[in-house]
Amino acid sequence: MIRYLTGRLFQSLVVLAVMSFVIYALMGLMPGDPVDLMISADPDVTPADAARLRALYGLDQPVLQRYGNWLAAALSGDLGYSRTHARPVLDVLWPALGNTARLLGAALILSLAVGLPAGIVAATRPHSAIDYTINLMAFAGVSVPPFWLALLLIILFAVMLGVLPAGGIGALAGGGFWESARFAVLPVASLTLASIGGHTRYARAAMIETLRQDFIRTARAKGLSRARVVVGHALRNAMIPVVTIVALEFGYLFSGALITETVFAFPGMGKLIFDAIMGNDFNLALVALLFATALTLFGNFLADAAYVWLDPRISFRSANV
Amino acid sequence: MAPTARLAAALIVIVGLALAGGSRGASAANDELVIGLSQFPSTFHPNIDPMMAKTYILGMTRRPLTAYDKDWGLVCMLCVELPTVENGLAVPETTPDGKRGVAVTFTIPEEAVWGDGEPITTEDVIFTWQIGRHPKSGVGNAEFYRSLYSIDAHDSKTFTLHFDKLTFDYNAIALSLVPEHLDRAKFADPQEYKHRTTFDTDTANAGLYFGPYLIADVVSGSHVVLEPNPKWWGAKPRFKRIMVRVVENTAALEANLLSGAIDMIAGEVGIAIDQALAFEKRHGQRFDIRYKPGLIYEHIDLNLDNPILADKRVRKALVFALDREAISRQLFEGRQPVAHSNVNPLDWVFAEEGLRYAYDPGRADRLLDEAGWSTMLDGVRHNADGAPLRFEIMTTAGNRTRELVEQVLQSQWKARGIDVRIRNEPARVFFGKTVTERRFGAMAMFAWISSPESVPRTTLHSAHIPMSENNYGGQNYTGFKNAEVDSLVERIEVELDRETRRGLWHRLQEIYVDELPVIPLYFRANAFVLPRWLAGVEPTGHQYPTTLWVETWRTAP
Repeated sequence: MIRYLTGRLFQSLVVLAVMSFVIYALMGLMPGDPVDLMISADPDVTPADAARLRALYGLDQPVLQRYGNWLAAALSGDLGYSRTHARPVLDVLWPALGNTARLLGAALILSLAVGLPAGIVAATRPHSAIDYTINLMAFAGVSVPPFWLALLLIILFAVMLGVLPAGGIGALAGGGFWESARFAVLPVASLTLASIGGHTRYARAAMIETLRQDFIRTARAKGLSRARVVVGHALRNAMIPVVTIVALEFGYLFSGALITETVFAFPGMGKLIFDAIMGNDFNLALVALLFATALTLFGNFLADAAYVWLDPRISFRSANV
Repeated sequence: MAPTARLAAALIVIVGLALAGGSRGASAANDELVIGLSQFPSTFHPNIDPMMAKTYILGMTRRPLTAYDKDWGLVCMLCVELPTVENGLAVPETTPDGKRGVAVTFTIPEEAVWGDGEPITTEDVIFTWQIGRHPKSGVGNAEFYRSLYSIDAHDSKTFTLHFDKLTFDYNAIALSLVPEHLDRAKFADPQEYKHRTTFDTDTANAGLYFGPYLIADVVSGSHVVLEPNPKWWGAKPRFKRIMVRVVENTAALEANLLSGAIDMIAGEVGIAIDQALAFEKRHGQRFDIRYKPGLIYEHIDLNLDNPILADKRVRKALVFALDREAISRQLFEGRQPVAHSNVNPLDWVFAEEGLRYAYDPGRADRLLDEAGWSTMLDGVRHNADGAPLRFEIMTTAGNRTRELVEQVLQSQWKARGIDVRIRNEPARVFFGKTVTERRFGAMAMFAWISSPESVPRTTLHSAHIPMSENNYGGQNYTGFKNAEVDSLVERIEVELDRETRRGLWHRLQEIYVDELPVIPLYFRANAFVLPRWLAGVEPTGHQYPTTLWVETWRTAP
């Protein structure tokens, strides 16, 4: 167990180190820099000003040297300042991370709460009317463009019915849990509706595959009820591929949902990362992306642990292979 | 709990939340105003990283020394009297190194205080100047601070600025003061100042502001809450609270407006004109929608190093082939006036009698024939060597209005046998390298924003052509070289006599329109979507935002 954990930690650190360089290098290779954007906004910025600002922000150095400087500072605990927010990177990151985790966490729980039972019901009655109905709705959910769904919800609940706010995170009413929750309803609903379909399809496919296994036939032959076979024997095995998907979504939880956050003016990680990349905010983009990478790795570790729990044939020793 | 029961419980909570609150309409109270913007400021420091969203918000909380008003006249905002040569407050002088300079004396109103009660003094002026001059402070355009070579403080309120150049706009001083009592200690390490300034570490500190409102709360990327400044010495503002909400997706911005989550969309940083026109058709009766053409000059820079475009006849033919009036009428319902030169018709130096290019396809054909592009093959003109008359036009990908205009231009040129191909790039690539390093092969469509009577030194003077030798400095992206234009630009800058200056401006426009380094398209209009109950918002049409006069905003009687 300890050997396994040590190995995973080492692998994760290597992945993070490689990712930090790849992200920095890719951003460095993008044309233009913040000073170019500044010049395009102000025709009076002189060449001398441009050169001075490039030197000030270290943009006159080669990418490799800039990366080295960043790495040395990061290893000493200084993650630097966000250029586009004029604040320390972590000060910018934490609130966005919290917002996104709440938003996507709620959406994930809700979509699993609906999608998994729906997929299981469909799988236990393949090619029935209920299976076709669930499939149809799942395909509709998967096919609907997120921005369209978000705008549709805004038009319906905020514009036509006027019962929910169209976006933002609330401030005028003084805040509080219920006020924040009201502002979260539409974005959470939008993300939930968009992901229920996927979860339903995964759950259905995994369950159908499991229900074809020999041990299920044995359980049925022993005279167990249908519900007992599905819940007691098939469900746990069918969860293994679903856990993989959920584990991958764990990283997504913290990297945000760009389109939904943009449409609902929700200050989360997706928007933060996008703006940081487009605004050449190296520090912020790098740290945010590394954070998402680290959490994805952590999610995968949790998935491995869940495999061991779900299937006794898998052990930490074998999972390490 | 069974899954179905959990789902039912969740739905009940959602419905309950919905019914408990209802959508908020700020107009219902009328003592609060919610403004929608499509951009959030990267910093609240007034002199670092200029952005219109920041200028808009700070307009409610602080004032420059002087500003252009809605009639494009220069007015005092943080001074007792506008200094002029005539009233003796501006005095031409010779600088210590023998240049022709000017000394301009301002007096800050006696009652002017920061939001924390500290008086605004000459110490603040000097401190702001020190920040601006320091090469590591992070201030972008430092030319103003360099030109201002010394300041004499006469007392706590009166000071004289000494400039090393006497220009006609010597009294247009958009200096935005920084509170010395709050930021002096933060400036101890100038390189770190941009990270430590109180504007970003304690944005809601009342001592940073001295306008009708103070910033009371900021949620980065989401909203800014403003409340009346009890120390403000001017007319009392009418709204008890103003909230600026940022919704970057403009379709969602519209939906927020319709739902009552915001009351108005700022014209300065709001929705594009085509979106506003469509919105007006659907919901015009509910809102007061105003279009203010201004100093955003949409144009096409022509790369004069391109051998085809080096021929003036071809450049003229390109303009004669365009029905720009029809474009303005059809696409913008006439709300965005055709540009005849780089000078806006609202500017007093505009040449009314100047040369105009009307739509004249016959003349375009004749000019192209004269230039040797007379053989038509497959609908495209060719020259005697068999080369096609073919260009690329580039603009910012994703800018719907520009892409639409681009397509119309392409079809109008195609009718004359000019094959123009569209190749757009994301803004950061387009402005990052393509335009700034003159990598566009033929045409680059974008806009300049300027102030009234803005001298086009950086865009037309031959010393400002970007090249590797000057590290791609300057914005003369066309590569235009004209000795007379260079001389005119230099003379306009220092000519104090209005009539003489008007003559110089007219000559400059005459050459610009004749030489056509640029194809003028139109002056962009800002669309202000206002609630019908709101009065007093006066769009300016230039870079000084409406919020500089926020204390005049009120509910309509």
